[in-house]
Amino acid sequence: MAEKRAAGAEPGKEQAQQGGSGRRGIGGILARSLTGTGPILAAWILLCVVLALVAPNFLEFDNFTQIVVQSAVIGIAAVGMTFVIITAGIDLSVGSIVALTGMLAAISMQGGVPGFVGILVALGAGLLIGAFNGFSTTYFGITPFIVTLAVLSMGRGLTLAVSSGQTVFGFPASFTFVGQAEILGVSLLVWLTLAVFAIGYFVLSSTVFGHQVYAIGGNREAARLAGIPVRRVSFLVYAISGLCAGLSAVVLTSRLNSALPSAAEGLELQVIAAVVIGGTSLFGGRGSMGGTLVGVLLIGTLNNGLTLLNVPPFWVQFVQGVVIFLAVLVDALNRRRESRAG
Amino acid sequence: MPRPPGPGARRAGRRRRVTETALVMEGIDKRFPGVHALKGVDLRVGRGQVMGIVGENGAGKSTLIKVLAGAYRSDDGRIVVDGEPLEAGSPADSLAAGIAVIYQELSLVPEMSVAENLFLGDMPSRGPLLDRREARTRARRLLARVGLDNLSTGAPVRSLRLGVRQLLEVAKALHRDARILVMDEPTSALQSSEIQMLFDVVRDLRQEGISVIYISHHLEEVFEICDAATVMRDGAVVGSRPINEWTTESLVQAMVNKRLDSLFPSRERELGEVALEVKNLSLEPRVRDVSFSVRRGEILGLAGVVGAGRTETLKTIAGVTPATGGEILVKGQGRKIRTVSEGLDSGIVYVPEDRGTEGIIHSASINENMILSVLDRISRAGFVDGGRYRSFGQRLRERFGVRASSLKQEAGLLSGGNQQKVVLARAMATEPSVVLLDEPTRGIDVGAKSEIYEHVLEIAAGGGAVVMVSSEFPELLGMADRIVVLRGGRVVGEISSAEADQEKILEYATSGTEENGAETDGEEG
Repeated sequence: MAEKRAAGAEPGKEQAQQGGSGRRGIGGILARSLTGTGPILAAWILLCVVLALVAPNFLEFDNFTQIVVQSAVIGIAAVGMTFVIITAGIDLSVGSIVALTGMLAAISMQGGVPGFVGILVALGAGLLIGAFNGFSTTYFGITPFIVTLAVLSMGRGLTLAVSSGQTVFGFPASFTFVGQAEILGVSLLVWLTLAVFAIGYFVLSSTVFGHQVYAIGGNREAARLAGIPVRRVSFLVYAISGLCAGLSAVVLTSRLNSALPSAAEGLELQVIAAVVIGGTSLFGGRGSMGGTLVGVLLIGTLNNGLTLLNVPPFWVQFVQGVVIFLAVLVDALNRRRESRAG
Repeated sequence: MPRPPGPGARRAGRRRRVTETALVMEGIDKRFPGVHALKGVDLRVGRGQVMGIVGENGAGKSTLIKVLAGAYRSDDGRIVVDGEPLEAGSPADSLAAGIAVIYQELSLVPEMSVAENLFLGDMPSRGPLLDRREARTRARRLLARVGLDNLSTGAPVRSLRLGVRQLLEVAKALHRDARILVMDEPTSALQSSEIQMLFDVVRDLRQEGISVIYISHHLEEVFEICDAATVMRDGAVVGSRPINEWTTESLVQAMVNKRLDSLFPSRERELGEVALEVKNLSLEPRVRDVSFSVRRGEILGLAGVVGAGRTETLKTIAGVTPATGGEILVKGQGRKIRTVSEGLDSGIVYVPEDRGTEGIIHSASINENMILSVLDRISRAGFVDGGRYRSFGQRLRERFGVRASSLKQEAGLLSGGNQQKVVLARAMATEPSVVLLDEPTRGIDVGAKSEIYEHVLEIAAGGGAVVMVSSEFPELLGMADRIVVLRGGRVVGEISSAEADQEKILEYATSGTEENGAETDGEEG
């Protein structure tokens, strides 16, 4: 016991975060983006090793790209969610935004607009709904949990209303290519997901805005007194989350070549789970895009492995729950050890 | 007693043995990896004695108290309470032996009533039902012992002032049958009238034969209330004597091994033109028609009791809470300051009173904390320049002497003094012309205090205009060139450093009238 407490008492523990090591180049960036994600990265690698041993097809290249393709919807939304959660906020509306914006894009394309306009409709609608979330929390001071819960309900209801509860399908090729095209033999969705993560990583770690996001989540009042535009930044993170959800909707709708009124139900919880598994604290101030990527991959790999092993779908959800629990448990234990020192 | 008594208590039977010495701690030794926190500490507290423990942060006071409270197990040494050895292993054992610790963060439940808090966990009951009448009667008796005769037992704790809550903690300890009461910085958030109430209670408890261990950074309080004082330094006791054998100077010298008069370095600065002038500044109802001016190189002290509007005045000038009336002039030019960043643009920076909630971002690195207000200066097109980020941090760290293993260290893990340096560094990074300091040395140890003083003097020597709020008179008198006294949100007096003394400030602060204020305003103009 004494040792445990005392280890925390040592102030030498270095928090991997901004301003990282001086290494340059792709290797350096990769190393920096993954610092602090040690335990979860190890867990993912361990999972891969186990699956490689027990599931015959797991190690194939196509299977890996398949994991990323299947994770694209959660992954892209998780990039936006990471910003929100680092400010100590939450966005429960992403699932509904995906459904509604996908449906709006589908309906407008059925009405004859070209594919790229369909994409813009989804992105624009996502941005608008996210901005509504942000505006309500920052300027009216409503708790994000409540605002986004309300928007979750409104979004789902609107989706059902505009579609009359019907599935909409049949889109121009200029839209469906998103889910089907390949570059260098790898699905466009893989490139797209990685690009969104890369942008998210750079915005979060290297821009003034990113630093402000961390500061607000760490101590809102201190950030305000330091001259940081707290409202503007808080507003923007919800707008970003909405925009990412809109992009997730494009991915989902083009891949399925149809828009379902019930699409992405419960998606918000999987997205939040991925972000939290990746080490981002729900209390704000801590977290990283690299961690979220590993969290998304962990959930994706788990789903994939359980499918390869022919585990019944009911158990898949259970195992997912167990993994989420273990991840937050490890985090909670670490935190307790640290705070004992105080 | 709700809990089964510990092994010591069982041997002693129902009545505790009465001894002259209430507590003996002998050769208490505690090591953490890399730190020898307690080096064979001896402490002896008499029955009904109030023992002050003073020392810088990190001297080992908290560790010693945690050993006594059973939160830490010592590696060596023994503890004897009322003549019975205490096998301190858990907080429950210490509590059973009659040791109660009141920590800085109070442990009351705000939403519950006074009585419910007093009997938390062992509410009087009849069978399965709570006995509210009995609870009320017993609560009244306990409250009377801490001078809270008039407090309603049903009042929610949320509605009580901090000073009353503190006394409630004492009552709670009395209910638990405490014989040795440990108070850790009990007055840090109290107003002076509340402090006097607390002291009266401590004196009563002393009469009842209850021993008090009183930990404080405020030496005046130690001299006022304690019968004896023990000084700790670097994990060891360097002196323990009756209070009349100590002087402020000898106490401080024992604490830091440094002479007191060097605490406030000499101030010989040239005053320049007026850097900041406020005219009839108002933020109803907390700030009313406040007018004063500060020159380059000057340190203006802002005195007053809690609630006099000192913090609000600073925050209004800085744009944290925009003014409802009045003018702010920086270098003779009128400025509209409605947000913090407009304040910073005008060269005004505010260093908040409460590091923990308003200053430090605990989860962020030291570097990050220091550059927070100058992000735009170390970035290009919105992208932070990593090289400048680090070189800026490095320069600030060196200038303010922040002691840490690395700039990447989490700021939340720093000592209070180092956190204050980080917050000061953040403010000074903006190269302000006016620096508003709110209680810049609250809760930090003497060594760090003198470092902060040097930085403040350096700011002034560099041509900065400083407005400093402080509740510590020696600090105000030692640092400020002029002192403006506020009362009820109004300026009620202005005193030059030459004629200022504690009594004069107190007189203005507690009995100054509005007419007084009007006169002073007139003299100023």
